[in-house]
Amino acid sequence: MTAKITFATIEAGAGLKAALGKGRADIIGELSASGIKGRGGAGFPVGVKWNLCAAARGESKYVVCNADEGEPGTFKDRVILMEHADLVFEGMTIGGYATGAREGIVYLRGEYAYMRAHLEAVLAKRREKKLLGKNAAGKQGFEFDIRIQMGSGAYVCGEETALIESLEGHRGEPRNRPPFPVDTGYMGRPTVVNNVETLAWVACIMAKGAGWFKSVGTEKSTGLKLFSVSGDCKNPGVYEFPMGITISKLMQEVGGEGAKAVQVGGASGHCVPAADFGRTIAFEDISTGGSIIVFGKGRDMLAVARNFLDFFVEESCGQCTPCREGNHKLLEGVTMLAEGRCSMAYLKELMSLGETMQLASKCGLGQSSSNAFLSIVKNFKDEIMGRATQGSLTHRRQGADHG
Amino acid sequence: MLVTERERLRDDIQAMADRMGRKRDALIPILQEVQTKHQQISDYAMQVVADLLDIHPVEVYSVVSFYSFLDNKPKGRFVVRLCRTISCDMAGKEAVARQLMNDLGVCFGESTKDGKFTLDWANCIGMCDQGPALLVNEQVHTKVTPEGVHEILEACRKTFGVYAQEKKEERA
Ligand SMILES: Cc1cc2nc3c(=O)[nH]c(=O)nc-3n(C[C@H](O)[C@H](O)[C@H](O)COP(=O)(O)O)c2cc1C
Ligand code: SF4
Ligand code: FES
Repeated sequence: MTAKITFATIEAGAGLKAALGKGRADIIGELSASGIKGRGGAGFPVGVKWNLCAAARGESKYVVCNADEGEPGTFKDRVILMEHADLVFEGMTIGGYATGAREGIVYLRGEYAYMRAHLEAVLAKRREKKLLGKNAAGKQGFEFDIRIQMGSGAYVCGEETALIESLEGHRGEPRNRPPFPVDTGYMGRPTVVNNVETLAWVACIMAKGAGWFKSVGTEKSTGLKLFSVSGDCKNPGVYEFPMGITISKLMQEVGGEGAKAVQVGGASGHCVPAADFGRTIAFEDISTGGSIIVFGKGRDMLAVARNFLDFFVEESCGQCTPCREGNHKLLEGVTMLAEGRCSMAYLKELMSLGETMQLASKCGLGQSSSNAFLSIVKNFKDEIMGRATQGSLTHRRQGADHG
Repeated sequence: MLVTERERLRDDIQAMADRMGRKRDALIPILQEVQTKHQQISDYAMQVVADLLDIHPVEVYSVVSFYSFLDNKPKGRFVVRLCRTISCDMAGKEAVARQLMNDLGVCFGESTKDGKFTLDWANCIGMCDQGPALLVNEQVHTKVTPEGVHEILEACRKTFGVYAQEKKEERA
């Protein structure tokens, strides 16, 4: 499966060489022209981010590679790091040159500790080849090196400001934004945080040009994207597709025909029912960091919602009330639904709570943790309401307005 | 804890701090190493780390309690973490979970009496296309079957044999 990935066809070193032959502004200009948006989920334009960091004042700046990959159903970064680590480091080095940073940090999730030796070996080789260090890659006066720091099992640390807190030795609690990391990041210095895949594409764009990247995808979502496909399909794995692919086409490719629903974007993404498989995966339609989870005919969608809410209850950092309490309430609601004792009125209240969480939470975790619940309730009402529990209902207290 | 044990722990942490730097951003890397080497970050260890980095022990505790891979309570030499997230769930993690409990004789969140194993849950470990997946310390196992659980645990137990032998040789 991975043989199909474009990264394999890009000559290692080509992107870095091309980039170092250009001026800083030209590199950023090329990225802006390519239209590339971040591959970690939020989809912020890379050119804009790098430009802000390059323009920020600071005697030291940092390029951080977000290798925390904790979104349920995502594993493409694992494959990229194991098979194309050089491209990622190249992207970071280009970032250092373009923004004026001298240090790169890979924040690698604790669950991926087994990769560390491999990544350190790749870095050592790069130092040996003088691609890192003083006068890196033969560019006089350009100094850049990369180190790896491990996470310790906290999903929220994938959020860029929580990640920075963690790098600095604190609890991974997201910060208020603004200020943004591009001017007040790691150690209060200007910092670029990018996803593993984003950095690899940067190296590819430098090697092949903005026009090449833009030639596929849609106007607002350019280029190719890696997808992590799991669940009820014949061929799970990592795939590369153009942005803007329809869900039904994607299902054909992975052997997921006949699916009842697809979760696009992991636990924090949306659950798309079969009726909407004509929709596209793109920043302007259904956006994703690459997680695609296929639900076959027999799956219980309420069990799916419960699994996701269990996840968020556990992973919420607890800093703000809508997220800390809201996820608990939604989980309780799922239990009531499962036991067939949730009134329509209460379900409506839960849905409005979910919407409040999206508005009132401090970071992306709380802002998106109710997405799956809301889309499952909306699309699978018949399946989740009025359930009879195993055994007798008569001794159970019923909701007043049981509907 | 014996005084000599305490001294050894303190020396050990001191060496880590010297290597990684006595500054706040070295806190988590130091705690990670303490956890790996000693299977726990004891109250005493937290005190030592706090002294070395010149921060309040409560600060250290707040960090330890935040991260699921850092623990104040002793863990087994092998920490088995089964992924409970959706793709592994659909791939049959429930049966694997039951077999793990049967073979280890403990529930999730508990350690075996001999201190060899801790059984725990993990959230998605990035192996969703090959579930059910679990981690044994840093090592990942995929497509685990209830039957395969035995083999995984036996492999751990065997390293105890080797480990015991090495220790003996060291002493000799
Ligand atoms: C709760 C939460 C978890 C996140 N986890 C990750 C992650 O594991 N990897 C990642 O690249 N981005 C993650 N992000 C997005 C980052 O905050 C950030 O947008 C991203 O690293 C920027 O890189 P990009 O622009 O290259 O995508 C997460 C965001 C939130 C709110
Ligand atoms: S939304 Fe949730 S994870 Fe984010 S800061 Fe608030 S409590 Fe923490
Ligand atoms: S769901 Fe188990 S590894 Fe991702």
